[in-house]
Amino acid sequence: MTCMTPIQAPLVEAKAVRHLYGKAEGANLLVLDNVDLTLNENEIVGLLGRSGSGKSTLLRSIAGLIKPTAGEITFPPREGGPTSVSMVFQSFALFPWLTVQQNVEVGLEAKGVRPDERRRRALAAIDLIGLDGFENAYPKELSGGMRQRVGLARALVVDPSILLMDEPFSALDVLTAETLRTDLLDLWSEGRMPIKAILMVTHNIEEAVLMCDRILVFSSNPGRVVSTIKVDLPQPRNRQDPAFRELVERIYAQMTRRELPPATAARDGVFPGTGLSMELPRVSTNVMAGLIEALHAAPFDGRAPMSDLASDLQYEADELFPIAETLQLLRLAELREGDLVLTATARRYAEADVDARKQIFAQQLLTHVPLAAHIRRVLDDRPSHAAPASRFRDELEDFMSPDYADQTLRSVTNWGRYAEAFSYDEGVDRFSLEDPT
Amino acid sequence: MVFLSGDPKAARPFARFRNAGAVPSWADLVAFLLLAACAILVVRGAEDMSQPLAALHAAPVTLDPARLPEYALRTTLRMFLALGASLVFTFAVATLAAKSRKAELLIVPALDILQSVPVLGFLTFTVTFFMGLFPGRQLGVECAAIFAIFTSQAWNMAFSFYQSLRTLPADLDEVSRQFGFSPWRRFTRLELPFATPSLVWNVMMSMSGGWFFVVASEAITVGDTTVTLPGIGSWLSVAIARQDMRAVAIGVGAMAVVIVLYDQLVFRPVVAWADKFRFEQTASQQRPASWLYDLLRRAAWTRSLSRPLVGLSRAASGLRSPVRLPALRLPGPPPALGRILDTVWLALVGLTVIGGAWLLWSFLSVRLTLADLGQVSLLGLATLVRVVVLIALATLIWVPIGVWIGLRPKWAERLQPIAQFLAAFPANVLFPFAVAAIVALRLNPNIWLSPLMVFGTQWYILFNVIAGASAIPSDLKEAAGMFGLKGWQWWRQVAIPGIFPYYVTGALTASGGSWNASIVAEAVSWGHEHLEAAGLGSYIAKATAAGDSARVALGVAVMSVFVIAFNRVLWRPMYRFAERRLRLA
Repeated sequence: MTCMTPIQAPLVEAKAVRHLYGKAEGANLLVLDNVDLTLNENEIVGLLGRSGSGKSTLLRSIAGLIKPTAGEITFPPREGGPTSVSMVFQSFALFPWLTVQQNVEVGLEAKGVRPDERRRRALAAIDLIGLDGFENAYPKELSGGMRQRVGLARALVVDPSILLMDEPFSALDVLTAETLRTDLLDLWSEGRMPIKAILMVTHNIEEAVLMCDRILVFSSNPGRVVSTIKVDLPQPRNRQDPAFRELVERIYAQMTRRELPPATAARDGVFPGTGLSMELPRVSTNVMAGLIEALHAAPFDGRAPMSDLASDLQYEADELFPIAETLQLLRLAELREGDLVLTATARRYAEADVDARKQIFAQQLLTHVPLAAHIRRVLDDRPSHAAPASRFRDELEDFMSPDYADQTLRSVTNWGRYAEAFSYDEGVDRFSLEDPT
Repeated sequence: MVFLSGDPKAARPFARFRNAGAVPSWADLVAFLLLAACAILVVRGAEDMSQPLAALHAAPVTLDPARLPEYALRTTLRMFLALGASLVFTFAVATLAAKSRKAELLIVPALDILQSVPVLGFLTFTVTFFMGLFPGRQLGVECAAIFAIFTSQAWNMAFSFYQSLRTLPADLDEVSRQFGFSPWRRFTRLELPFATPSLVWNVMMSMSGGWFFVVASEAITVGDTTVTLPGIGSWLSVAIARQDMRAVAIGVGAMAVVIVLYDQLVFRPVVAWADKFRFEQTASQQRPASWLYDLLRRAAWTRSLSRPLVGLSRAASGLRSPVRLPALRLPGPPPALGRILDTVWLALVGLTVIGGAWLLWSFLSVRLTLADLGQVSLLGLATLVRVVVLIALATLIWVPIGVWIGLRPKWAERLQPIAQFLAAFPANVLFPFAVAAIVALRLNPNIWLSPLMVFGTQWYILFNVIAGASAIPSDLKEAAGMFGLKGWQWWRQVAIPGIFPYYVTGALTASGGSWNASIVAEAVSWGHEHLEAAGLGSYIAKATAAGDSARVALGVAVMSVFVIAFNRVLWRPMYRFAERRLRLA
């Protein structure tokens, strides 16, 4: 192995990569802003971030599937031929009409490798990845774990220098994912795979700490690298190891830190946009109530580290963050250095009955969510006490893409319905103040 | 080479033969006979088609039952030739629409309209055109008939393929791009397999409609030219002309046999095979079954026979374009140039449209007056009333029956294939019975000819309703039972919402088919008796027989407008409502 060489040879260099989604005119979405990345030989690098942080976009730019709006991605020349990449997908991306073996051979076939050679290499890859006996099976006959093994074999069989993995284990159940991670790490540490480096995207903090030598933490909206963390723990790593736990909590703290200075936009800064133009996530009121209750009860008693909450409630960090941040927006909780702390209002909410809860929620909603307040004001002002939803959707689309506008309006609709602040009729697409008869 | 590959399975060729067995199984024999017979039939039919036209006059269609198998074969062959043409059209046009935005702007609305145009109205133009193309040869008339079937099949197939291309799964698209698939490999490995299930379904729907048109287009009279191509359709028209009820009955029987054979030998095996391409990650509970497909897969020799074919298709998918095109990565025109190109394209399209409109006007204005337009519109209203009333009647009759059947799985299993068979059966074959009855009883043709329009199309409502009722989840049915839902409340809250999306699909197909059928149903004859109902269908039929192309064009155009308006105003909103509110997730 060459890991003893003093200067590590870079395999890929991404410089000042920037990417915009959307049309030339109108609302653009900046997903990647000035991101640099160097991937060296013999390392596993993790791109860690929330959804919307552009980590998948960066991975796809390196895979050559996306051409970034600005910046460049280079593969420095090395001895032993040009650098090649291959990719493993979150959804496995297997052709359902091809058998396991045909799926594995598909990349070789496209390269024009001779059939007998193709067969030999495919069988070797199938053997390596532990799929013997499944050569003639179709993907729909396999379990999720076996399918992702096919995805891995297909990526490895073309002898790539870099293996790109896009959340490869997030569609699997906990046990299967763990087995697959361990198997992959074993193959890697024993040097049995032809690859020189692995670049993986994940939103699972523990997974990143478990597998990577280096972790790039991304902020979202727009995606930027906020910090690079070197993981020096020896392999195999133990999740219960205090050093491991400490690192996980440190990363949680980093991901909850507000990037905006407190002077701007007050405490609204967690979601992109301010005031009316704020993009709101789809978080159900039941989930909010559940989180408040869990946090209010023992052993947390109103305050808990996010990492503990996540493992206690069986949530991925990616799922927990939007809920916590919605509570923060409604002033029902506050994120402090990786801890989630309930406010006095929230503690009152936890102890109230159904009607009182609705009242508290309505008050928080109309005070702190500008869009909800706006809808309510319009409905109050009109003699008919009704307004078409399209009117608000159009207003939102001045600030954001139609998809986000739709999502934001749906979130507010659900919150407003729960709070009984206004009602909505889907059939005619109208908001009103009437109670349903 | 094989022995050195180190692959244990390929290294034991004798084991393969041992498994196959030295004594051929009964499956071998049956499959061989079937395939050989098919091959011979196709060769025979093709030989006959290239005969000169004089041969037709020398050997006119006779009512000799011995010749009926041959006629049936010719009819079937026309169907499959049209199907082949439709597939070629589908791949070319749908791919173009999916890959080029400019082409898409034209093709998609054009397909949408063509789906609603009454294809029987085209016969006037196509017969003249194709006979001019192959003067004096039977081939010209054959082509016209095949083209008539083609126009009834191609549009929805192309539409389905286009939609599949537009909804390719993003991850598979990325895999193909990441491995650098060539366009041809992309087509064979990704696009075609992904599109297969819905394409097969649309082919089957097209074929059902196609039987109707093949029967209608074999005996064509355009102005002074009357051609009867050997086939079941011509047999029937001769039988009608001679008022020979026995011959009509034999023809109907032959048609039934052809449809059953087609269902068992083609439809079911193909559907069973296409199931493999269903894009789903879990194996489905109920898989379509076909005895022939199982037989062909089980028979050992078909496997060895298909091996070279598999090899061939492998080789085909491994083909590289003879000229090695450099992987052109066009940077895409700069936005300014792109806008200019768009404008130029739009201007071209606009000019063509204006030119076309002028051409139409100059063609029609000399031959027709505004009064003609008024008259045709009134006739269109008459036909519209017929369609609406009959679809409503068919709904009232078949929805309760379909729900009753659909809720009883045992009955549904047995009756569903029969309903599908009836939908595929060309109803025009049965017209003579009805006409003879109307003539004998001296009934008013304006009323009594109308049911013929939905005679063949009502089954679409029935089998879709059966499918919808069987698909109502059992937990919903149990909940309805628990809370004692009965009578109108049960219909309102369980049955109707459950079947509605299926009903709309069925009723949409039925109403489209009924408009088409009006051309043959509103003007019929029995021997020397001619019956006619006032309507747009009989107007087009009369103009066709008289060779009056201006009136045919006017009739077809007005009918298209009626059909499109009907779809937009009634069916499409209902469809959207069903999609949005009544879909069981």
